Amino acid sequence: MIIHHPLLGPRDAAEFTYMGDAKLIDRPDWQSETAAQEFYEYGYLRDNPAGWHKELWFHEAGDRSWLVVTRNTLTHEISNVELARDVARARGRSK
Amino acid sequence: MRYSGFKVIKEALTGHKGWTPAWRDPEPQAQYDYIIIGGGGHGLAAAYYLAKEFNQKRIAVLEKGWIGGGNVGRNTTIIRSNYLLDGNEPFYEFSLKLWEGLEQDLNYNAMVSQRGILNLIHSDAQRDAFIRRGNAMILNGADAEMLSTEQIKERYPFLNTLDARFPIKGGLAQHRGGTVRHDAVAWGYARGADTRGVDIIQNCEVTGFRIENGKCLGVETSRGFIGANKVGCAVAGSSGRLMAKADMRLPIESHVLQAFVSEGLKPVLPGVITFGAGHFYVSQSDKGGLVFGGDLDGYNSYAQRGNLPTVEDVCEGGMAIFPALGRARLLRMWGGIMDMSMDGSPIIDRTHIDGLYFNGGWCYGGFKATPASGFCFAHLLARDTPHPTATAYRFDRFEKGLMIDEKGMGNQPNLH
Ligand SMILES: Cc1cc2nc3c(=O)[nH]c(=O)nc-3n(C[C@H](O)[C@H](O)[C@H](O)COP(=O)(O)OP(=O)(O)OC[C@H]3O[C@@H](n4cnc5c(N)ncnc54)[C@H](O)[C@@H]3O)c2cc1C
Repeated sequence: MIIHHPLLGPRDAAEFTYMGDAKLIDRPDWQSETAAQEFYEYGYLRDNPAGWHKELWFHEAGDRSWLVVTRNTLTHEISNVELARDVARARGRSK
Repeated sequence: MRYSGFKVIKEALTGHKGWTPAWRDPEPQAQYDYIIIGGGGHGLAAAYYLAKEFNQKRIAVLEKGWIGGGNVGRNTTIIRSNYLLDGNEPFYEFSLKLWEGLEQDLNYNAMVSQRGILNLIHSDAQRDAFIRRGNAMILNGADAEMLSTEQIKERYPFLNTLDARFPIKGGLAQHRGGTVRHDAVAWGYARGADTRGVDIIQNCEVTGFRIENGKCLGVETSRGFIGANKVGCAVAGSSGRLMAKADMRLPIESHVLQAFVSEGLKPVLPGVITFGAGHFYVSQSDKGGLVFGGDLDGYNSYAQRGNLPTVEDVCEGGMAIFPALGRARLLRMWGGIMDMSMDGSPIIDRTHIDGLYFNGGWCYGGFKATPASGFCFAHLLARDTPHPTATAYRFDRFEKGLMIDEKGMGNQPNLH
């Protein structure tokens, strides 16, 4: 698989470490009343879809940026690659 | 029909006209006591033991394709019970004991071959860890023996014991481990279940569950609605997809694992060997091919095929301990979809929906578990209580912090 890194262009997926569903960006609020339940779901439950999946890839053997890759789990086709930083900021994280 | 040596000779002399199909091809009935979804090893074994050990009737196995087309027919066929943790070891030892009696029980040649498995050791820390594991195995009634480099050289003279990078410092052997002809396991259980009245319905995909007032009443399928008092799901890599139809999210990700077979060679490898400094395991099939594999590709996938970096990684692992492997040509390779759980251990449990039961999260070690998984799932379905060896395989262990994490990797499914 080739991942089109937004800063570096096409890179071999073997340079990256796969870090799972991009929903992990949305860490629950630790002060919430139901934090224990939310962290359990966050830590352990997954949608695991057959089809399009937004996921985190860490460019470990490259520039060490985190990417959000939209990839089809049935075909391995990649349709979109963003910097995880941009995605997180757009969702109000890491201001 | 009972199979026997006498029967084979008789048929050989009379033109093989007396063989009959090993199982029927029935139309689905409107209502069953038990529906098992998934005609892999685990589903077929569960149906077999439900009928045979628990005397249950009106059982159907629904399979979307053909039985044995999933992981049960795609794995590298290794069986063993060399686990460390309390939640696991009694279960896998129970499974190994069932393997030992399986062929007589099923009257079917599954080519169970206890040729032994050897886990190589490459560092002092690893030796300590393996001694501990061997002791845990012995405490649970399994067999384990630590072998020295000399003993290993005697049995496997071709192993690279000189390499300074990954020196072979010894190994943990389980002599009762080995290999089994994988698809014969599916066929043997199917035949045994069918003989006891189980309907094995192929080309029947479950597309949804009929759930009313928190109770599962049956399943929607590509061949219409089929009612059941109890529904057990055993669909391995498709677990997430299937249970989503009951609005469940699972502690499971689906990942692709590849396997490889070389051209046929004369006997070189008497047992199963695993590399301890990378991830590589190999055995030789009775046809002569070297059957080997390694790590997952590492990303979510339902594609039943993997990518080249993993091929390279697996072959590097092989070359590190077994340089002669480089002279053999690769004949075939393929992938299967693994139900990777969050702690690397399986789940055999009820769901929060009445009448709906789940068996999954087998990661890439579920073939060896087939007999015990089927037995324990049948126990749960028939009696509504877990089998004594499977009490730890609960859904709520993640919530309660009771993970069974053999490798201590945490909630990263691709590392288990
Ligand atoms: C390459 C590879 C190597 C492996 N090596 C080993 C090994 O050496 N040792 C070991 O112990 N384990 C190994 N495993 C793991 C082992 O094969 C699996 O854990 C085990 O086979 C899973 O259980 P099963 O046999 O029931 O699965 P499967 O055979 O996959 O059965 C599940 C069935 O469910 C069916 N299904 C799915 N969705 C539906 C639906 N909606 N409706 C109806 N039916 C459905 C599928 O078609 C399939 O036939 C390996 C796996 C792979 C892929």
